[in-house]
Amino acid sequence: MNHLSLIIKREYFTKVKNKSFVIMTFLSPLIMIALISVVAYLAQLNTNKKRTISILDQSGLFTEVFENTDNTTYNYTNDATVEEAKAIVKEDEQYGLLYIGKGNLDTVGETVRFYSEDSPSLTVISSLENKIERKLRDLKLVANGLNAEEIKAAKANVSILQESFDGQKSSKIDNILKLAFGGIAGYLLFMFIIIYGNMIMRSVIEEKTSRIIEIIISSVKPIQLMMGKIIGTSLAGVTQFAIWIVLLAILSTVVSIVFGIDLTAAQGQQQELIQQAMDSSTMQNEISLAIQSFQNLPIANLIIAFLFFFIGGYLLYSSLYAAIGAAVDNETDTQQFMLPILMPLILAVYVGVFTVIEDPHGTVSTIFSFIPFTSPVVMLMRIPFGVPMWQQVVSLLLLVGTFTLTVWFAAKIYRVGILMYGKKPSYKSLMKWLKY
Amino acid sequence: MSELLVANAVSKDFGDFRALNKVSIAVPKGSIFGLLGPNGAGKTTLIRIINQITMPDEGSVLLDGHPLKQEHIRDIGYLPEERGLYKSMRVGEQALYLAQLKGMSKSEAKNQLKYWFDKFEISDWWNKKIQELSKGQAQKIQFIVTVLHRPKLLIFDEPFSGFDPINANLIKDEILKLREEGATVIFSTHRMESVEELCDHIALIHKSNKVLDGNLIDIKRQFKSSTFEVGLQSNNSKVVIEEIKNKFDVLPATFKNVYDDVKLNVKITPETSPNDLLSFLTSKAEVHHFVEVIPSSNDIFIQTVKNN
Repeated sequence: MNHLSLIIKREYFTKVKNKSFVIMTFLSPLIMIALISVVAYLAQLNTNKKRTISILDQSGLFTEVFENTDNTTYNYTNDATVEEAKAIVKEDEQYGLLYIGKGNLDTVGETVRFYSEDSPSLTVISSLENKIERKLRDLKLVANGLNAEEIKAAKANVSILQESFDGQKSSKIDNILKLAFGGIAGYLLFMFIIIYGNMIMRSVIEEKTSRIIEIIISSVKPIQLMMGKIIGTSLAGVTQFAIWIVLLAILSTVVSIVFGIDLTAAQGQQQELIQQAMDSSTMQNEISLAIQSFQNLPIANLIIAFLFFFIGGYLLYSSLYAAIGAAVDNETDTQQFMLPILMPLILAVYVGVFTVIEDPHGTVSTIFSFIPFTSPVVMLMRIPFGVPMWQQVVSLLLLVGTFTLTVWFAAKIYRVGILMYGKKPSYKSLMKWLKY
Repeated sequence: MSELLVANAVSKDFGDFRALNKVSIAVPKGSIFGLLGPNGAGKTTLIRIINQITMPDEGSVLLDGHPLKQEHIRDIGYLPEERGLYKSMRVGEQALYLAQLKGMSKSEAKNQLKYWFDKFEISDWWNKKIQELSKGQAQKIQFIVTVLHRPKLLIFDEPFSGFDPINANLIKDEILKLREEGATVIFSTHRMESVEELCDHIALIHKSNKVLDGNLIDIKRQFKSSTFEVGLQSNNSKVVIEEIKNKFDVLPATFKNVYDDVKLNVKITPETSPNDLLSFLTSKAEVHHFVEVIPSSNDIFIQTVKNN
């Protein structure tokens, strides 16, 4: 339709040329990168901070347990009393004092204390605990008649390799990869709906309040106007998203090169823990497996499903946003209608985050990946884990059916609503409009 | 085919409310047709049906003898009462967009716009945003956009609201000129003086029903009550008044006259000719003022609405 393309063009260009839109497009990545950089910088600062921990070991069992590392210096003060040691630590502004009291292998564990000015970080405490526990276990094994060689030989590392019945290998990292894929896709859709759904709603309200609407719909059909708005705004949204992604990529590279800030350091502490938990050799093994499993991901299926569910879900919700915009006179009146839209959307994200991760093919995830209002988000999160084709097709058909219904419904409300002024509509009056 | 637009028994319900009840109108080609009625009578609903914004529940509308179709949009120019433009869009861009929605090509629209902008001497507004213009200035743009595609049928809903007298006159002249060039105009308003000035035909809608329609002069004939304003000069006015009162129905008069010895509204019976009255009067006194009372559109409007 010629009219439709005219409307799409206008909607697109007014959005894209809009000053605040342009500013947001270029400022958001800057702000985001700046925030992440600050967090990363601070995290780096934190982990790089040198700390000294004094150790007062009255049991004499842990003489060689605490070895200095890049960040932490251990300082044995074995001759002092607790009070003296505390005073020294305080005076020297050390990080804290680890006190281990007198006792035998069974009782010494209960005497351990850590004294410090401020409460110590969780990673420090757990690393200290680890060291003490390991040493105690070794000592107990020795007491039971094993020698050091035997103890070392008894250590074992197991990393379970997963394989599906049709021979697809996977691992923990592989699962994380799938989660990331699904999570990003679902979250992207969620954000997209909220940001651009609202934008559509506002632009419908603008047409109403500026009273141009009657002139427009004396030239085009309301449904053309509505679809033109939805498509035009979405294209503007896609443009904005694309610019954001490119800018983010460029900026993050620039920042990490120029300022030497490792942006992943924002998650530095967790990484430390993960690294502690994993032996380096198995790590390497997993990485190669991950690369292999990345190639094994159903990429084609992912992309096609992403397109269909993204478009379907977005159209479903944005037509509702357009209907709301048409029903009210100003933005403050939209509140009562927003909740029913946001609820299923938020529910979808929660279901996605809490149940899909736990069990991608469980009852809850499966059911919600069929319900049209939650299916786009939940199904997108499930698909990387391999969803049977019939499920995807059925879910998509349900989505298309509902989408057609909501567009029809929204168009009805839109058609009547855009010419209604003054009265704040209730749900009852909306139902009445459907019969006009 | 002398009617451009014919509405046949058009009805429209909004839930339990009947906004239009079997309303029929016929708008002759080349006429200026006044669509009158109190607020909430159903005028806007009828206009929206003609514009295919809403669909009638019953009845049909014919344009040039054909049932209304999507293509007819380009034959109609509509200036709604609730009007406005995109506030943050530039004047030229916006006018082009609206013209293209009406089916004009871009270059055609540009040419026409140049013509109108030159005519109204507003060429320097092209790159202004609507929000930078005053209300009256925006109304001018709105008018241009309405007539730009040279439609056969122009529908104006309260076209003069928001204009100062000079610009209102300018618009009025343009409307008359467009009619001369062959356009048919439907004109919906409350301002009876503009009806008086412009309309050849009127239809009066009241409480969803059409209560009156036809040629304005015919309607006036129908509504006149054979009453004459009479102003006389006489030395013994009391006697003269008594004599007139004995022979005719006399009502108090409010017209202005330089001589107010005798000032009366005299009603004659249908059988009596005005000449009979006049010769009676000349025999009694000096006649300075003798005018038939013609009901104004305003009177007709109020009278009809009150009677229904």
